[in-house]
Amino acid sequence: MKKVTLGAIAAAVAGLFMPSAFAQKSAAVSSIEEYRAMLQDGNPADLFEAKGEDLWKQKRGPKKVSLQACDLGQGPGVVKGAFVTLPRYFADTNKVQDLESRLLTCMQTLQGFDPADIIKTPFGKGEQNTLTALATWIAAESRDQKFNLSQAHPQEKVAYEVGKRLFFQRGGPHDFSCASCHGGENWRIRLQDLPNLTKNPGDGVGFAAWPAYRVSNGQMWGMQQRLNDCYRQQRFPYPGFASDATVALAVYLGVNSQGSKSVAPALKR
Amino acid sequence: MNNTIKLSLALATGVVLAGCAASSASVDLDKLTASIVKSSFRDEGIVKVSVLEADEVNAACSAADVAGKPLDHEVAMALQAAQLKTIKWPADGRYLGDWKKGEALAQSGRGMTFTDKADTPNGGNCYNCHQIDAKEISFGTIGPSLYNYGKTRGVTADPTSPASKAIIEYTWGKIWNARAYNACSVMPRAVHKGIITEAQARDLMALLLDPKSPVNQ
Repeated sequence: MKKVTLGAIAAAVAGLFMPSAFAQKSAAVSSIEEYRAMLQDGNPADLFEAKGEDLWKQKRGPKKVSLQACDLGQGPGVVKGAFVTLPRYFADTNKVQDLESRLLTCMQTLQGFDPADIIKTPFGKGEQNTLTALATWIAAESRDQKFNLSQAHPQEKVAYEVGKRLFFQRGGPHDFSCASCHGGENWRIRLQDLPNLTKNPGDGVGFAAWPAYRVSNGQMWGMQQRLNDCYRQQRFPYPGFASDATVALAVYLGVNSQGSKSVAPALKR
Repeated sequence: MNNTIKLSLALATGVVLAGCAASSASVDLDKLTASIVKSSFRDEGIVKVSVLEADEVNAACSAADVAGKPLDHEVAMALQAAQLKTIKWPADGRYLGDWKKGEALAQSGRGMTFTDKADTPNGGNCYNCHQIDAKEISFGTIGPSLYNYGKTRGVTADPTSPASKAIIEYTWGKIWNARAYNACSVMPRAVHKGIITEAQARDLMALLLDPKSPVNQ
């Protein structure tokens, strides 16, 4: 991994605060691009990726079994290409599942973990870290592939429609919905560019960028955590990990991203 | 709005539907969404699930957003009229407070999330979406620029003059309850929903309308 000095990072971040109002957007964007370029050969997500691959192969859990027979939708043990087809309907659970909820199923059926315990575990702790690492590796195995979510099963269609309703649901003291920030073109919160997620935002944007390593807090986040933090900022109550709401929302975002390239695991602000 | 989807299987995520004797069933997607919201969200910290109960105007706007069609004009007018009634006009006729306090409030986007404490002071969230004082270059673009707000609207040396009355009242009302003027605006109803106090609304008014405020330089 390429070494990046703190000084270089500070210089790039300082570039975000150029004193010219006119130049600010381009300055902000180019600083971030410059920063990304510096880290190109060494996205810290690489470390989570390697850890995820190990965890997939390790004999773990009460049953001391690996996840190598886990079916992510492409057949038992097939990882390449699976990420860009999720969420999708699974006949064995009779549910539409995203990557993380599907991994929970595999950890339960193959390894004997109790999914309720993992769902209760806060992000960044215990088996939640396992899920994040697994999701990072599995996403990386489909890097640069195009999203291709099925809408063939009735439950997949229903999930999309529910996800759409969740996206536009106004609530909380501020009346925010997902669309309050992600419903228009060229919108920004402060200097942060916001993709319009009511349509296809393009290659590597929005749904196509998570899991991602977040530079601002030095954390690796999966899509579930990304959605959780959106809801937190919306002043909504706590969305359950792998809950039907978060999965349906992911279907809405994933289907809207159809045909766009995944760059996950990405590097984010 | 196409609110139902014909299903070849009478199955829907996590919900067992009544009347699945037939080979197809219609799912009420709004009802299903409501039940999924109920089962998916939980209270956390200071945020209770009850904050998701939609009032009349949020229910109407969310449905219009899903349909991708704006509200019918009459419906929007009726909703705005109802929201207008929530606005309290200053009893002493004093609309402008301290622009410096207004600037500090406009800068803050804090408060009311499930990781905040109950005593975290709520911010006004203004710069998140609006340009205000030109010196602050980190501003959002979801709302219009408010730089020179008073100056470009003819509010000059004396903001209490009759000529300024209309814009002063409109701005007060907009800060109190933005939806009184645009039923489906994405701007929060700052005072109406208890995000900021009446005194804080006065400070934001000063930031926008006081001729001495940096906004109007």
